[in-house]
Amino acid sequence: MEKDTKAFQRVYTKLFQLTKATVSLYASGIGNEELAIVEGRLAQVVKIMGDVVTLQVFAGTEGIATDAEVIFTGKAPTLKVGEDLAGRFFNAYGEPIDGGEIMGEEREIGGPSVNPVRRQQPSEFIATGIAGIDLNNALVTGQKIPFFADPDQPFNQVMASVALRAQADKIILGGVGLTNDDYLYFKRVFDDAGALDRIVGFINTTEHPPVERLLVPDMALSAAEYYAHEKGQKVLVLLTDLTLYADALSIVSNRMDQIPSKDSMPGSLYSDLARLYEKAVQFPEGGSITIIAVTTLSGGDITHAIPDNTGYITEGQLFLRKDSDIGKVIVDPFRSLSRLKQLVIGKKTREDHPQVMNAAVRLYADAANAKTKLENGFDLTDYDERTLEFAKAYSEKLLAIDVNVEVEAMLDTAYELFSKYFSPVEVGLKQEFVDKFWKK
Amino acid sequence: MNTIGKVTGIIANLVVVEVDERVAQNEICFIKHQDTRLMAEVIKIMGRKVYVQVFESTRGLKVGAEVEFAGHMLEVTLGPGLLSKNFDGLQNDLDKMTGVFLKRGEYTDPLQSEQEYEYKPLASEGEKVSAGDWLGEVKENWIAHKIMVPFVFKGEYTVKSITGEGKYTIHDTMAVLTDKDGKDHKVTMVQKWPVKVPIRAYTEKPRPFKVLETGVRVFDTLNPIAEGGTGFIPGPFGSGKTVLQHALSKQAEADLVVIAACGERANEVVEIFTEFPELEDPRTGRKLMERTTIIANTSNMPVAAREASVYTAMTISEYYRTMGLKVLLLADSTSRWAQALREMSNRMEELPGPDGFPMDLPAIISNFYSRAGYVYLNNEQTGSITFIGTVSPAGGNLKEPVTESTKKAARCFYALSQQRADSKRYPAIDPIESYSKYLEYPEIVEYLNKNNGENWTENVHFIKDTLLRSKEVYEQINILGDDGVPLDYHITFWKGEVVDFVISQQDAFDKIDQRSDFKRQKYMLDKVVNLLNSDFKFESFEEVNPYFKRVINQFKQMNYSVFESDEFKNNEKELEVIIQERKVA
Repeated sequence: MEKDTKAFQRVYTKLFQLTKATVSLYASGIGNEELAIVEGRLAQVVKIMGDVVTLQVFAGTEGIATDAEVIFTGKAPTLKVGEDLAGRFFNAYGEPIDGGEIMGEEREIGGPSVNPVRRQQPSEFIATGIAGIDLNNALVTGQKIPFFADPDQPFNQVMASVALRAQADKIILGGVGLTNDDYLYFKRVFDDAGALDRIVGFINTTEHPPVERLLVPDMALSAAEYYAHEKGQKVLVLLTDLTLYADALSIVSNRMDQIPSKDSMPGSLYSDLARLYEKAVQFPEGGSITIIAVTTLSGGDITHAIPDNTGYITEGQLFLRKDSDIGKVIVDPFRSLSRLKQLVIGKKTREDHPQVMNAAVRLYADAANAKTKLENGFDLTDYDERTLEFAKAYSEKLLAIDVNVEVEAMLDTAYELFSKYFSPVEVGLKQEFVDKFWKK
Repeated sequence: MNTIGKVTGIIANLVVVEVDERVAQNEICFIKHQDTRLMAEVIKIMGRKVYVQVFESTRGLKVGAEVEFAGHMLEVTLGPGLLSKNFDGLQNDLDKMTGVFLKRGEYTDPLQSEQEYEYKPLASEGEKVSAGDWLGEVKENWIAHKIMVPFVFKGEYTVKSITGEGKYTIHDTMAVLTDKDGKDHKVTMVQKWPVKVPIRAYTEKPRPFKVLETGVRVFDTLNPIAEGGTGFIPGPFGSGKTVLQHALSKQAEADLVVIAACGERANEVVEIFTEFPELEDPRTGRKLMERTTIIANTSNMPVAAREASVYTAMTISEYYRTMGLKVLLLADSTSRWAQALREMSNRMEELPGPDGFPMDLPAIISNFYSRAGYVYLNNEQTGSITFIGTVSPAGGNLKEPVTESTKKAARCFYALSQQRADSKRYPAIDPIESYSKYLEYPEIVEYLNKNNGENWTENVHFIKDTLLRSKEVYEQINILGDDGVPLDYHITFWKGEVVDFVISQQDAFDKIDQRSDFKRQKYMLDKVVNLLNSDFKFESFEEVNPYFKRVINQFKQMNYSVFESDEFKNNEKELEVIIQERKVA
């Protein structure tokens, strides 16, 4: 039954147990997490008990027979890294989708963590041109932040434009259960922008088996580590959609007979997600990995285990919302938060940035109160009326995702709106900023 | 000769080892893998099969690998040089590790074996001593680090010889002790202790009777934590748990602060690494890092070591408590530790309790909290560990197993509220839901009234009632409308808002307001109580809101200015003017 092919490769042909996702066989000398090929499909060791080895078959076990050929490769999942990666698209196994070979050094994916004392505090501002982000929720290199969005919202479009404007040296797209249409959309947008040479894609679409998805983020992040750590580059990693990643985790844990915790998710969900997100890092030598991810919600519920665990891991979250007053999608200023913004606003951007940000959001909140008053049939004061007009203009000129300007221009626009609808006292900025920037 | 075993099974970080000889529950072992040794802990023994949890990734590990048992439980090394360090959950010195990435199987010495310390003996020859007694002291940063009779020494010993003043390294012999059978034992500056066993080298653990000043008003004034007390802070993400913990670690009136960053974001630890060596301790003028030790097991570090990290932190705290110091231990977040327990329990196929957590979770949590406390040492000196843990309730729901178990164990409850965080009322601790059991201790009440004036606790209860009444009338106003309620309702509501804005809320990012000592808190409390006891005259409800907004604003200006400075006094004068406008004589 056992025959040696290469030095590390042993072949077996007798499976004694098959489930939807796993096969078990008698084998010896096998390492934990080692890869094997079961009847041409990639599989990974998930359990060893004596001489019984259980393999998780990524593509599923449909049609696999008890005499299927199992070849152990003697190694954990790897990715070949090198300059060749740029401009290419790969499948979940790190093989080029467009064919051809990749020259490079083979690296294990899902490698060790950065020693926390070797990290640097993130401090570099990432300009995206979108005021809902730059003005209210500034992003910083080395940060990890997801979009919390309902499936019908245009998060992939927003993410693509953020990626293109972010002036990253490399953009690494991890497509986790992308629809084929969205995959082609990303490809076209990057191509049209002439940015393909900065892009590396690892794509698992809905056409592929769901369990394969589990490899995609690790592949993408291993490529990111190569560029950020070894080449000192600013790398932006886009992971969409990590809810589907968590769903794949729950499929596997279910088939391994593990006891589910909240919302049928595996008990290790927090650690599993943290392992990915914590790859975001600012290296002292200048390279960085910034992760922008997508977590789709069901009906806006953020208490579900996936967004909830994500929220505890990431450094803030961005919410998109359709504003019916202007008929556009905006970045919600109330629910969105970038935890690292304090590290850059007013320091890397103009000094009045924090005050302008807070004042505008406060006035926007006043407008929301005025709206509630109106809906409840109460009379509006003159101030209420003005906040409502301000809110509409603020939404249109700053919060809408189609805005694309520099931070200075965003601040100037904010003053324009302030002075149009309010007096300096009502806005409550520091006097020195009023003297300097208020539009007379 | 240590017990040797062989790996026979692997499921993630749970490894089955076959053993013929003696093993102990919780014994440490090392699994040989290629050229590294992976540390693991025994968690179950079933005949010859021993289940161990590995503190590292088990990738590539094979059946048949040799396992060497260490003959002891997971232990920490205690001695001078622990202060200002950054350790991982297993007490490896992170700064000594080579390379940018953590390497599996790399273990580093927590202490500096080369460094010389200035030693001074405290005991003398012929003296009778027992575990925890002070033999001598060395200077570690600014503290007099006591060299103690090792905690593992049982019974009474006689000091045979003691080393004289001078410079020594940690492994030099500092004393020779003779046990009752006449056997001599050498004592160095270093000793080891198993983390899961409490250090009990003290004579008595009384009920806490002093208050630990944290400088945070919503703690000190409203819900004070006792020195040697326990408290916990549950809150959904984004409600400000970490900012609050950082504020406590910066300002609390402790000799030492031990921070266990347990399964949280690496960038938050980096913030401490970056800021604490720069920031000054307002009481001593020394850098904050000089009194801080960090145990960092961030969320991406091995899960099993996460559980170990809180115990490592607690044991280090107990060590310093036995030196007669006031230690503050902060753990962020204990939920991550409970999740680590859940992951293991799941792999061991134990029957789960609520939400998949192990059945003994409440027992484990209360056991851990019980290690805090105020103690009288053998020499009648005192020491304390005040412990505050954060909890990250799933979905922000406080009715989940970790929050409920912790609520049974901890004496103070600081509930962070999403609603308060959303309306930017920071710290977002709900002043009505939260409580401190210590306010019911007669000895604490006596302590507070003695130190802060005899009306203190009465006033505290009074402002708490004001907050509650304010909340009640607010609900009435919302139902009946502004003009549907008596004018008094508006005044009652706004008086509560004064308490909220002036006392509950505090700006953690403002240099002055971030820290408020008891003297200042007393001054402001008296001022607020005075206002609450005054009657105000209004013609219509529309006047109430703008008037109290002015009052609050003026109070806040006082909070923002240096206590008793000219600016402070001017702001106070202006406040008096505003109050007089409408006060009924």
